[in-house]
Order: sequence, then structure tokens, then C-alpha cells
Amino acid sequence: MLGKLTWNAIPFDEPIPMAAGGMVVAMILGLLTWISVKGYWPYLWREWITSVDHKRIGVMYCLLGFVMLLRGFSDAIMMRSQLALAAGASQGYLPPDHYDQIFSAHGTIMIFFTAMPFVIGLMNFVVPLQLGVRDVAFPTLNSVSLWLTASGVLLTNASLVIGEFARTGWLAYPPLSELQFSPGVGVDYYLWSLQISGVGTLLSGINLVTTILKMRAPGMSYTRMPVFCWTALASNLLIVAAFPVLTATFAMLTLDRYLGFHFFTNDFGGNAMMYINLIWVWGHPEVYILVLPAFGIFSEVISTFSGKPLFGYRSMIMATMCICVLSFLVWLHHFFTMGAGADVNGFFGVMTMIIAVPTGVKVFNWLFTMYGGRVRFEVPIYWSIGFMVTFVIGGMTGVLMAVPPADFVLHNSLFLIAHFHNVIIGGVLFGLFAGYTYWFPKAFGFRLHEGWGKAAFWCWFIGFYLAFMPLYALGLMGATRRMQHYDDMSWHPLMVMAFVGAAIILLGILCQVTQLVVSIRNRDELRDLTGDPWDGRSLEWATTSPPPVFNFAVMPNVQGEEAYWGMKQRAIEEQRLMDEPSYEVIEMPCNTPTGFVTAFFATVTGFALIWHIWWLVVVGLIGAYAVFVAFAWRREEEQLIPAAEVARLDRERRHLRAQILPTLTRLA
Amino acid sequence: MNATVAERVGRPLIQDPHRLGHGGDGGDRAVGHGDGGPAPKKIIVGFGFWIFLLSDIIMFSAIFATYAVLQGATAGGPAGSDLFDLHNVWVETLSLLLSSFACGLAMIAAHRRNMLWTQLWLLVTGVLGAIFLSLELHEFADLIARGAGPQRSAFLSGFFTLVGCHGLHISCGLLWLGTMMAQIGARGFRANIIRRLMCFSLFWHALDIVWVALFTIVYLMGAGK
Repeated sequence: MLGKLTWNAIPFDEPIPMAAGGMVVAMILGLLTWISVKGYWPYLWREWITSVDHKRIGVMYCLLGFVMLLRGFSDAIMMRSQLALAAGASQGYLPPDHYDQIFSAHGTIMIFFTAMPFVIGLMNFVVPLQLGVRDVAFPTLNSVSLWLTASGVLLTNASLVIGEFARTGWLAYPPLSELQFSPGVGVDYYLWSLQISGVGTLLSGINLVTTILKMRAPGMSYTRMPVFCWTALASNLLIVAAFPVLTATFAMLTLDRYLGFHFFTNDFGGNAMMYINLIWVWGHPEVYILVLPAFGIFSEVISTFSGKPLFGYRSMIMATMCICVLSFLVWLHHFFTMGAGADVNGFFGVMTMIIAVPTGVKVFNWLFTMYGGRVRFEVPIYWSIGFMVTFVIGGMTGVLMAVPPADFVLHNSLFLIAHFHNVIIGGVLFGLFAGYTYWFPKAFGFRLHEGWGKAAFWCWFIGFYLAFMPLYALGLMGATRRMQHYDDMSWHPLMVMAFVGAAIILLGILCQVTQLVVSIRNRDELRDLTGDPWDGRSLEWATTSPPPVFNFAVMPNVQGEEAYWGMKQRAIEEQRLMDEPSYEVIEMPCNTPTGFVTAFFATVTGFALIWHIWWLVVVGLIGAYAVFVAFAWRREEEQLIPAAEVARLDRERRHLRAQILPTLTRLA
Repeated sequence: MNATVAERVGRPLIQDPHRLGHGGDGGDRAVGHGDGGPAPKKIIVGFGFWIFLLSDIIMFSAIFATYAVLQGATAGGPAGSDLFDLHNVWVETLSLLLSSFACGLAMIAAHRRNMLWTQLWLLVTGVLGAIFLSLELHEFADLIARGAGPQRSAFLSGFFTLVGCHGLHISCGLLWLGTMMAQIGARGFRANIIRRLMCFSLFWHALDIVWVALFTIVYLMGAGK
């Protein structure tokens, strides 16, 4: 009746997961109770859960990413504290079995459920606004994507208390991940949660590619799009091209595990290296899926806060698209040690080094944008400058490891760990935090507290260097990754130092939580009435903060690069807004619970597959099909916003803009 | 007015070095290409669905690559030349291609808003698809009965996955087709239903493209060895 699921699945005898799980369950129950007591359910259901508004969906994605950052970080600090303790005679407090689950969960969560939702959330929120349109191409599909991602998150977290998570590392290499060596449900949790959220990511990629290529405001030609839109395009093209490979690879491993196929097994002709090739055909582009939008954010932030157009706009586009293509030609550098021979390794080594060229172009463009500009040192520019310093170091260690002989020494050492944290924290995460601070006032109508933001930056920045620079040294000294205990006492001081670094990063996260709380409480002081708090240059700043559901009362007419900057300069010069347009009825898609209900059935199906509850699998699939039919049969697809309402909202905006117009500086 | 402002400042207010878009020489005036604003819904839906199909084809290509690598890994079991029956495959191919043709006719009928012929051709599409599917399942059952199931060797794992993945797509297509036929019958030719029909026909033709590759690489090249 319940497949493999019994009471033994709940680890009553292991205090750490039970305590952690208990805390999470208590927090969720507390939150649900609070929502029920306050009577927020109808509001949440109407305004958020069933929303198909790209802005709401973007905010929910970011929230999901932020919550999972806390989960992923708690894994990280457990690992660092374990290694600060487990030297020589001491075994630390985490048994190997548990430690393996922690590092697997840490990698999986940080990439798939922290970085990805955060990146997709920002793209979702910003791209339609920057393009001057009212929503993404497929709003309901967008909601489906979000909730499927949430479904993956839920399954991964369920593994904390029901069963176990994979102990195979974040990419579940076979043959270790095969049934023979991992008979438990851990790998199944891994496979199904990533398969479900992967579908969500793919759909979201399709959605944004279509949006960028087919939905832009009049006059917004390709070479007038803000660089963030270009990087989002590149990133989503990579999603469309890379995630299907991940789906196929996971499907094959699933067939091996569930039906006794022999793709990656040791016997019957299976080939484990096939998996490792395929997973990195997805995995390397994934790096750029994450970092390209971050590059876009830095481009926006650096240009805005330097008060200058981006230096080398076109070369930035070229560099972005070069990286987009090259990212598919370097996957083998993740396993030079496979032994493919000098020619193959040489090719992939050279291709890897070539990627440094367009990346270097970008760094110089950012530097030249700041050069001669009047740089305003607000929080987003802190993250940007911190990024440039840190990312260049990470890039150089990457080029070092692109040399195959060097890689043979450094492969799977802590040097590698230091390298990719250097680029992912210093590149992706700093970018996300810059973007979070930069666009927060657009989403909510008030800024984040500046002091706490700067404190968070310094904690993250210093903490990062303390936590990861020692790992470079440890890697060169021979320390390997995924190691729960070591005998060499000379590593101990550096391990302790890395732990101190992680603790400082923890302070940074606490500062960010505090910043959010303080900002919400002081929102009236931090209020942005203008809709353009940073003196922005692209179209998202042309509308109010937060934008109305339809974003723009009248679609902007784009007349050049930096569309909004041009409009603003003209308004300042003439000391008047452009003439009031004639307002028309706006059609917007209706809210629908399709996404939420689909994800519910996806979760049920996934859980049933993990535990081999076959009847429930059938129920889940039928349910998902029924949702689609119901969706296809609905009569009301769009709601109309009357012209009078559009006019009222836009006149308010114009009134505010007209008031601040005299205070804006004139063009010299 | 604009010109006077530019003159007063002494340089163009708006940076547009290449005079793209509005009023420029290089502007592309096609709707959805940047000048005319967002494309019509029909184009957006068709384009988005094409992107999906491309991603699907990439998924197939990953499985094709795996099959190519594992083709020789028979682990002492039967190879393709011992197993494949080209007569069966020939009938399969024929029914699938005819099914695609019928789907095309259904689209023509739908554009003419002819309910009877639309439903009829969709029915033919579905029946031919079902014939294809039953032949494939028959082949699978036969192979498994002869001890050449997917558990036998990595080669057979690859074969069953590649062909089975295509078959799974056909099955989903048939489910979709049935749902669409019911919907057209109940609701008639509404704009959104026409768009879905267009997506279905794109899907169905794309499966043909995959089948042509499959037929060539798996069966023709495999049986010859």
C-alpha cells in the first residue's frame, strides 16, 4: 500500500536531522498558524499563489532562493565546523554517513534551489519591465514553472525527515549512485526533485526566450535592449539548450535504478563516464546560466551608479554571446583525469582559456564605465566592486586549472572547491545581492536600509576571503574535497580559519535578515515615491514603484539606447512631461491556480515514485492531466482593466513626476 | 520641438548612433522584431512552441549520443543486426508519415473552419498514430520475449530508451489529440483552440523528424551490420 515507506524512514535515532527537521516543521506550522489567525489566506491565495503577474512570480522566486540560502548555508557551516574539529584523533560530531548527505545536499540546494530561483526570479521581475511590455509571453506557464520549482524544493526538504538524501555528491556520479551502491531512497529524492524542478526551469527558459525575442516595446531593437536583457537572453538560451540534456541524463540513471537498465552500471556494457560527460554538457553551461545574468546586473548597476552609459555596449553584447556559445565547448575540463588523451584534453584546455577573453572584455568595460564617472557609493556598487576584485582572482585560478597537467594535481582537491566558490559567491551571489538591493525599491516601493546593507557586504566580503583563501592553500597541500576527517595536523589552523570565515559570512546573512526587517519596519522613511530612486537609465524606472499590474499605462516608445534616460533628459530640458497619452482598455491574463495545483500533483507523483507507491503515481498523473484539461476548458482567460482606471493610475504617476521634475539636475 | 531641443543642447539628446528602429534606415519594421512592439499572440505561441520543440530535440540528441556510444556494448547479447525486422519498421514509418500527412489535411480543414473534415482527418491522424504505437509495442514485446529486453545489455538499454522515448511522445500526442478533438467538438474553432491545434501539428511533425533520424540511425544502420 505504501511501497517502501515505513516508520523506519523517519530517523528517530539521529538527533541532528530530527532537531533540524523538527525546527523546520515547527517554523512552517508557526507560519501557517500565523497566516490563519491573521486571516491572510484569501489575500495570499488571490494575490500571490494564483498570481500570473511576472513581478509577483519574480518576487516569490527570489524569496524561495533566499529561504533556501539559509538551508544551504546551514549545511555549509556544519561542514566547516566539522572540519575545524575533526583533525587527528578527533572525529568531530558528524559521522561520515551524515556528512556525505550534507555536502550532497549543500551543493544541490545552493545551485538548484538558491542560485537558480534567485536568478530566474530577478530575470522574471526585470526583463518585461526593461523591455517595456506588460508581462512575459506565457504568464500561466510562468506560474507553473515557479510552483514546479517549489515542488522540487519541498521534496528535497522532505528528505530531511522522511528517509534520507543522496550521499553521492551534488551530481550523483554513477556507479556510486546506482542501485547496487546506493540502495536507499536518497538518490531517488535527488533525481525526482531535480527532474520536477528542472521541468520548471526549462519552461521558464522557453518563456523568457520567447518574451525577449518576440515581445518588446515599439522601437526596442536588439541593439537597444539593456545589457541585462541580453544576458538574460543568453542565459535562457542556455537553459533551453542544456536542461534537456540534464533531463535525459537523469532519466537514464532513473531507468538504471528503477528498471534494471545498464546505461551507467559496471556490468553488461554500461559506461559510467557517459554519465559524467552528459552531466557536464549540462553542468558547464549551467555555470553561465547563473553568472551571465549576474554580469548583466553588474552592467546595469555600474552604469547607473557611475552616471554614465555602459562603456562598450556592443562589445558587451558580443562578449555575452561568445560566452554563450563557448560554454558548450568546455565541458570536459571538469574531468581531464578521465584520460581522454593529450589531444582531447589540449582542445578543452585551450577552449577553457579562450573563455577568459570575452570575460576579460567585460571586466575592462566595467572598469572603463566607472573611469571618469561620478561613482555614487551605494550598496549595489559595493557588491559590484567587491565582485570585480574577487571574480578576477577566481577567474585566474580557473585559467590555472584549465592547464591539464595542473588539473591532474588539483582535481577534486580543496583548490577546486575554493575556485568555484570564488566565482559563484564572488560572481553569482554578489551579483544577486547587488540586483536584490538595486531592484528592491522597484518591487516594493521602498529602499533597503543602507547601513545594514553595507554591513552585510563587508561581512560577506571579508568572510568569503577568510573562508576560501585557506582552501586554495589546503588544496595545494593535498587536502581533498568531500573529506570528513583528516590526520595531517598542519592543515588544522587553516581549517579553523576557514570556519571563522564561514562564521563571518553567517554574520553577513544575519545582517541581511536584519536589513529586511528594519527596512520593512521603517518603510515610510525609506519610501520611494518617484519610481526612479537611483537615477536609472532603463525602462523599469519609467513606471511607478511598485509598478501597476500592467506595468506601463501606454507602451513606451523607444527612441534610442537607454530608453528611459533619453525620455528623462528631454523632460528635464523642457521642464515638462510628454503630453498625456490617450488611455485605452488593457487586457491582462486572469489569475489561475493551475500552476499551484499542477505542482501539488507533481509533488504527489514525485513522492510516490521515490517510495514506489505505484497507485499514488497513477493518481498524481491523472490529477495533473485533469488540471491541464480544466485549464484548457476555462472560458475567461483575460480580464479587462478599464481605460478610466488606467488613466487614474497614470495621472497619479505623472503628478508625482511633475512635482520632482524641477529638482532634477539639468544636462550640462 | 524635438529638433529645437537638440539644437539648444548642441548635440543629440538621444543616443542612437546607428539610427536603428524608428525612422532609422536600418530599422526592421516586421512586427515582433523590435519596431512594431510585441508580436501577435499567434506568432508568440507558435514561436514559443518551436523553442520547446528544439529543447525536446536536444533531449533526443542526448539519448542519440548515448545510443551511439553504447551501440557496440552488447555484453555478449544480440546486436541490432540479429534483432531488427525492417518490414515491421517499414510499416511503422509509413503509418507515421501518413499520420503526419493527415494532420496537415486536418489543419487545412481547420483553417477553412470545416468541422466535419477537421475531426475526420484528426481521427485518421490518431488511428495511424495508434497503429504505429501498437506495432512498436509489439516489437518491444517480441524482443523481450526473445530475451532481448532492456536489461540484457547497455546497447539494448539504449535502444529501448531511444525508441521508447519517441513512443512515449507519440502516446502523449495521442492523449493530447483526443483532448483536442473533444475540445474542438465542444467549443468550435475559437482562436485559442486554433493556436493549440497549430502547436499539436508542429509537435506531430517534429516527431516525424525524430523518427526519420531514428529510422536511419537505429534501424537502417543497425540492421546492416
